[in-house]
Amino acid sequence: MSEPPLLQVDNLYTHFQTERGLVRAVDGVSFTLDHGVTLGLVGESGCGKTILCRTLMGLLPKSAKISPEARVVFNGHDLRGLDERSLREIRGREVAMIFQDPMTSLNPVMKVGAQIAETLIHHLRMSKNEARDRGIELLRAVGISSPERRIDEFPHQLSGGIRQRVAIAIALACEPKLLIADEPTTALDVTVQAGILDLLQQQQRERHMSMILITHDLGVVAGRTDEIAVMYAGKLVERSSTKALFANTRMPYTQALMESIPHLDQPTHTRLKTISGHPPNLINPPLGCRFAPRCSRADEHCQEAEPSLRSDDGADHTYACWRPVGQPPTRAAAEVS
Amino acid sequence: MSVVAPETTPKEPVLKVEDMVVEFPLDGKRVVHAVSGVSFEIRPGETLGLVGESGCGKSTTARAVMQLPAPKSGKVIMNGVDLAALGREELRRERRHFQMIFQDPISSLNPRRKVADIVAMPLVIMGIGTPEERDARVREVLQAVGLDPDSSLQRRPFQFSGGQCQRISIARALASEPSILICDEPVSALDVSIQAQIINLLQDMKDRYDLSMLLISHDLSVVKLVCDRVAVMYLGRICEMTDSETLYRAPAHPYTAALLSAIPEADPTRPPKLAAMKEGELPSATEPPPGCRFHTRCLRAEAICTEVVPPLVDIAEGHQAACHFAVTD
Repeated sequence: MSEPPLLQVDNLYTHFQTERGLVRAVDGVSFTLDHGVTLGLVGESGCGKTILCRTLMGLLPKSAKISPEARVVFNGHDLRGLDERSLREIRGREVAMIFQDPMTSLNPVMKVGAQIAETLIHHLRMSKNEARDRGIELLRAVGISSPERRIDEFPHQLSGGIRQRVAIAIALACEPKLLIADEPTTALDVTVQAGILDLLQQQQRERHMSMILITHDLGVVAGRTDEIAVMYAGKLVERSSTKALFANTRMPYTQALMESIPHLDQPTHTRLKTISGHPPNLINPPLGCRFAPRCSRADEHCQEAEPSLRSDDGADHTYACWRPVGQPPTRAAAEVS
Repeated sequence: MSVVAPETTPKEPVLKVEDMVVEFPLDGKRVVHAVSGVSFEIRPGETLGLVGESGCGKSTTARAVMQLPAPKSGKVIMNGVDLAALGREELRRERRHFQMIFQDPISSLNPRRKVADIVAMPLVIMGIGTPEERDARVREVLQAVGLDPDSSLQRRPFQFSGGQCQRISIARALASEPSILICDEPVSALDVSIQAQIINLLQDMKDRYDLSMLLISHDLSVVKLVCDRVAVMYLGRICEMTDSETLYRAPAHPYTAALLSAIPEADPTRPPKLAAMKEGELPSATEPPPGCRFHTRCLRAEAICTEVVPPLVDIAEGHQAACHFAVTD
């Protein structure tokens, strides 16, 4: 308990002013991330998980409005108070990010070696030759065979899996303390996916990095994370250790997500449980619990009052729900009134 | 042993593909061997799954069945009619019996048209029905896929979510009362919660309209749930084909076993596994490896695999595999 968390986020709101109104992409998120921990950030498209991480990285378009009271403390620095120049020193060096599509995140007209060297020369003031040698080492570390040859190739000469490995090598170049991986395997085949996830896990352990793994795939986070945060409509709705989340799900949305994915042990032609409707509009989100309109457990109270994250067991497992799973609905309702 | 339903009488397949070959010329000399001699059939009311990695030729197979474009050689026999033998006009009329839905629901709908026109388009092109009959049919299929005709007919695709657009695509495919629906990754672009809705919808539509389906997917869990039988493709060839229960319980081909081993399970108590095959990528389809095309990545490969192409043969009742060292029960 002595070590302060690597990342502490308080009261983060990221809104976008659009022609149709104010989009509340991230709407009041607070969490901490300890050193050496892998956090899975789970949710459907549009729930705000990518915007949350881009806010942390300071990679937002100018139209974004971040709440003035928000605090993002990373490794002792309040990132909200830094100017672009100081932020740039941290970004890529202490916090690195890999993206879903390695074809668009790599520069198509630059050789692999030059793209790795760019980071090393900028952040670590290496010479070109040093950077090249280090680049070869990094490519080898991410499991690329004959790195001496690959370093002189262009992204289009590489397969999707190798490209993603190059992106990981670039992200790891400056030994970041936090790696944010945004759907790193969604664009890849299942046969390649396991290898990339293994690589991330291995690098995270060896370097004692913290990692945020963003995904919509509960199968991916189940075996690869220490903790999971579930996001819905701009808010965190459940946060727990990975084991407890699967063993003792409290938030009905998390449960519904788990039940709606096909499992291999289901017989053919089983009907899947579905979540009715679709995620709410973030310009005009529902009052009360944002999941209430789709929730089978919701009552009037859920429609009116917004639940905040709470816990039954100290601070480890928190959820935002008036009528959590695994508890008689009447008791929860009684507690409220 | 798998349960074999005794009441099934052998019916004529609705779709029979025989030794289909699709090649694309690259630069005069080289050729992409996208599909190299694929044969399968789909019986009435059956759903056949086609799985494999990207680039294995599964989408090309689907498109060649649709004659988009026609295969280089081989037969595609739909309800007893050889599609390759048909002229343009005849093919167009025949198309009402086989329709397709695509992966990206938004780009597969014309953004400038209203839903009413999008769904009616196949009927107009094929010259089916009077305008009144077409309107009635459009309303019926929209209702069937869970959209309210009154509120959706006059709207355009951008006014709908991804899941709703996929419903519109399904309605359009069903409009001409096809007997076969070919679905190319119908849920890959959708969110988990929406994916389940569309999977259920496809199964409902299949029962309601007595459809046979060819479902292409890279998601083996989805295929297991929806398909009666599964064909596994690797680099332009089918390497294993059997009923889904057997395939998932007792894969005979090492490639099938490798694919299945890599499926991530949403269960933190089961440690994730790597695909049980050699590291490396799908070889190029311009120069496919000689012998068994999988031998470069196979853990079981021996000398014979590098020279002799293993034929797709019956290894048990209703179970075919193309491997010199197929695992049998």
